[in-house]
Formats: sequence, C-alpha cells, structure tokens
Amino acid sequence: MTPRQTKMLRSLLFVHVPMILIVLFALAPYLWMLLTSLKDESTLFAAGRTILPNPVTLQNYVRLFAKTGFVSNLGHSFIVACGAVLLGLSVSITAAYSFSRYRFTGRRPLMLLFLLINMFPVVLLIIPLFIIMRHLNLLDTHLGLILAHSTFAIPFATWMMISYFDVVPKSLDEAAQVDGCTAISAMVRVVLPVMIPGIIATGIYIFITSWNEYLYASVLAGQAVRVLTVAIQTLIGEYEIAWGLLTAAGVIGALPVTILFLFVQRRLISGMTQGAVKG
Amino acid sequence: MSAHSDVRRTPYILLSPAILAMLVVVFYPMLEAVITSLHRSILWRPKDVAFIGLDNYFAIFHDQVFWESLGRTALWIGITIPLQLLLGFVTALLLNQKFWWRPVARSLILIPWALPSVVIGLMWSWIYHPQVGVLNDLLMRVGMLQSAMPWLADPHSALYAIIAALVWQGFPFFAIMILAGLQTIPGNLYEAASIDGATAWQKFIEITLPGLKSVLVTAVMLRIIWVANSMDVIYVMTGGGPGYATHTLPLYAFKRTYSSMDFGYGSALAVTFSMVLLVLIMVYLRRVGKDMK
Repeated sequence: MTPRQTKMLRSLLFVHVPMILIVLFALAPYLWMLLTSLKDESTLFAAGRTILPNPVTLQNYVRLFAKTGFVSNLGHSFIVACGAVLLGLSVSITAAYSFSRYRFTGRRPLMLLFLLINMFPVVLLIIPLFIIMRHLNLLDTHLGLILAHSTFAIPFATWMMISYFDVVPKSLDEAAQVDGCTAISAMVRVVLPVMIPGIIATGIYIFITSWNEYLYASVLAGQAVRVLTVAIQTLIGEYEIAWGLLTAAGVIGALPVTILFLFVQRRLISGMTQGAVKG
Repeated sequence: MSAHSDVRRTPYILLSPAILAMLVVVFYPMLEAVITSLHRSILWRPKDVAFIGLDNYFAIFHDQVFWESLGRTALWIGITIPLQLLLGFVTALLLNQKFWWRPVARSLILIPWALPSVVIGLMWSWIYHPQVGVLNDLLMRVGMLQSAMPWLADPHSALYAIIAALVWQGFPFFAIMILAGLQTIPGNLYEAASIDGATAWQKFIEITLPGLKSVLVTAVMLRIIWVANSMDVIYVMTGGGPGYATHTLPLYAFKRTYSSMDFGYGSALAVTFSMVLLVLIMVYLRRVGKDMK
C-alpha cells in the first residue's frame, strides 16, 4: 500500500466510519418513525413486516388531518409559542442590554439569579402556578400558558442575549450617545439593528422550547387550548394500536422545530457555548 | 434631578420589566409553594385547609416511596451522565477532525436535542414495542433474544430503557460543548508535543484533558441539573410505572400532587427535591460567579 492509501484507510476507519455510525444513531429513531408513518397501517403488525414501507402511502397523514383535531392543535401551539417569543424577547432585550453595558450595584447577584431561575425544577413551579391560575381563571387559556412558558423563556433569553450584546463593541453606542442619543435610543437605533441575527436566534430558541414543552401545557391547559404535545400524548392513549397515525403525528409535530433548528443552529450554539467555555 | 443620578438609574429601569415578570411568574409562585407545603391542602376539600407546620416534611421522612425515588434519581443521573459524556466526547473528537462533510454531520448530530420530549417518548416506545418493536425484531434476528421482551413493561428493564432514550437525547449537548472546548486548545501545543515524540494517547492525556477541564466540569454540572429535573420523557414513556419502577423524585412529586390532588404534600416533596438540587446548583454558580466579569 502506498502512504497515500494508508492515510485514506486510516481516515476511513477512524473518522468516516465512526462518524457515520454516530450520525445514524442520532437519526435512526426519527427515520424509523418516518418510515413507519409511510406504511399501510395493516402491514405494521403483519408477520412478514418489512423495514421499508411497501407500498408507500400517505393514508396516515390524511387520516391524521381528517379525523383528529390536529390542525387546531398546531394552531394552539403556534399561538402559544409566538406569545412566548414576544413576551420573552420584549422584556429580556432591555435586561440583557443593561447587564452587558452597565456596571451597577447588584449586577452580579442579579445575573446569577437569572441563571438560577433557569435551573428551577418545573415541578416546584407547576403546582403553585396551577393554584394561582385557577384563582385568576387563567387555566386552559393561551395567556396562562404563555406566562408559564415565560418562566424559562425570559431568563434563558436574557442570558443568550447578554452574550450577543457583549460581542457588539461598546464604542458603537458610546458614539451614538456622544451624538446626543439617550441610552435607550442608542440601544434601539444603533445596537439593536446589529443584533438582529442574535435576536432572531434567541426568538427561535424560545419558539422551539415553547413548542416542545409538555408538562405545563398538560397541567395548565389541555381542553380548550390543547397544544400539539398534549394532543400527541392524548392520541397515544386513544389510538393505542394505530401506530401509523401516531408516528405521522410525531413526524408532523417535530418537523417545524427541526427545520427552524437546522436554520439557526450555528448562531445558537455560539451563543450557548461562549459562556460555558469562558467559565 | 442631576444627569448623573439619571444615568445611575438607567440600568435598573432597563431591568425592571424582566425582574417584575420574574417576581410574578417565578418568585411569587415559589413562595406560594413553600407556604402550601406547610398546610394540609387537598384541592377538592377546600374547607379543610389548615396550617400544619412541618408535618408534611416529617411525613416525607417516613415515606418509603420518597427514599426509593431519591435512590432512583441518583441511579438515573449516575448512569445517564457518564454515558452521555462518553458518547459526546467521542463525537466531539470526531467532529474536531477535518473532513468534507463535517458541517452536515454537526447539524444532523444535534437533531435529537431539538425534538419535543413527547415525540421522543413516542418514537422510543415504538422502538421498544413488546410485539412488533424493531429492537425486539433485530435482537431476535441476530439471536441475542429468544423471545420478545416487553422493555417498558418489565420493572427490571424499564428504567434502563428510558435511560437509553435519554442518553440519545442528551449526548449532542456534550458533543457541542466539548467541541467548543477543543477548539480553544492552541494547535501549537500538539505540534510541540509531536516534536518531543509524544504518542497520540500521551497528547490526549497531557494536553486535551487538562485543556478541557473547565468545560467538562461546567457541562457535567449543567447536565446533572438538567437530567435531575427532566421528567417529561419518563412521564410520556411509562408514566412512572410499572408500579414505582421508573419514579424519580420530581416525577413522584408531580404524580403525587395530581393523582390525589394533595397539593400540600406534593409541594413539600417538590420543595425537598429543590433543596437537594440547590446544593448542586450552588456549586455550579460558585464556579460561574468566579469567572464572571
């Protein structure tokens, strides 16, 4: 073997093959769900069941949209996730700006507090939130769920945006303030436009987390406002053996966030790992 | 009012909406949880609410299921984290090599992490299906299993089956954190070691591991907190069963609250769990606090 061939063999054995195996491992459950959803329901439990769908059919998807309220579930999820994004971004942008640009008494404890909230057990908050929302008649409403999702959206968005703000040179807003802008208008007119990609990434992150959230959605809502995750869990109970239908619901439910995620993952990761690598 | 005091107030004004929101949706509910935990409070007996001091906490001390769940939480963390770390580490080392499809591999690896836990529970339940699950089919075809195994219905295997799903869900996080750490290690360290005749293994032990130390500690701690908290995948896959076989502490608090609507005892369980977790979080915050500007 020539040295060149040896080198190729080595990279094949030690890089490409193991990498392919890990990528397969990461994708296999999802692909298996996708394949199942394309199969005829009656073939799933047959003795001669095959790996690939034969024939390929979309009947599960047709049934999902025709027979269940899946479209309205998607709608509820969309409303709640958008609400969480709006609420989360609107209060955390100014908070992150403040943490990034000013040195003030109580800054460190407050920043740590925001980090701490991120780690609060859901189970500690979900019980009192249920009691409170019951009193305020917020159970089973979009607003109630949006508020519940803001418990993780606000602290997380604040931390992510601190790291994006930190990258924007301070001289930029100082120059604007010299030119007569107030602190707030400097932020709005000069810094925010530069931050748009970071804001979008943060917004998408909130959207994904809210879309994926299950526990709050099942306890604080579930009847009038039945979001997608709760709907899927209910389907599992109702159509226990209709795995074609269930996997179709899983594929559709996961699709929007997967696409969004692939779209922004680079920026998202840089924002998340920055703090960790520094720390 | 002087311009000076105005500037000093600006950061607080900018922070106030976020702090106000946190007071309303996090701190007030938290206080409410602590107060509820000191009461006998069952939702459908509103007349019978009474202050009972620490009685709920004393009851927890004698609660067999609590101790079992605590032990299971430790087991759950103790198996999940090392496996995620190991797999994440290998993935990161691979992704740190240069090969043409690296960006694609990096994106695809992350997909498990972005999926809804309900969908994760759904697809793994389908893989583990007792009659027609693909796992049973594969294992029987290669002869590792004689007959189909009810992975999630058997109390001896249920917890481990869920752990496998959670390892799958969480290893991308480690991979990405470690990869970011690897990229901060200066390449000339490796070159110098090569000149000195170091083997690949020596380079790994002497350069890579020390260089990753702080990232590893941070990632492990974050992950412990996250895994300890996460109960949705378990809840979707087994609901804590069969019996109590897959009850972790937060799940027990959650189920106990809503199955019997016993908010007093449930809150006490949740507060107790949070106290256990707080110790871990404090250790983590000290590390972060030290490095903060």
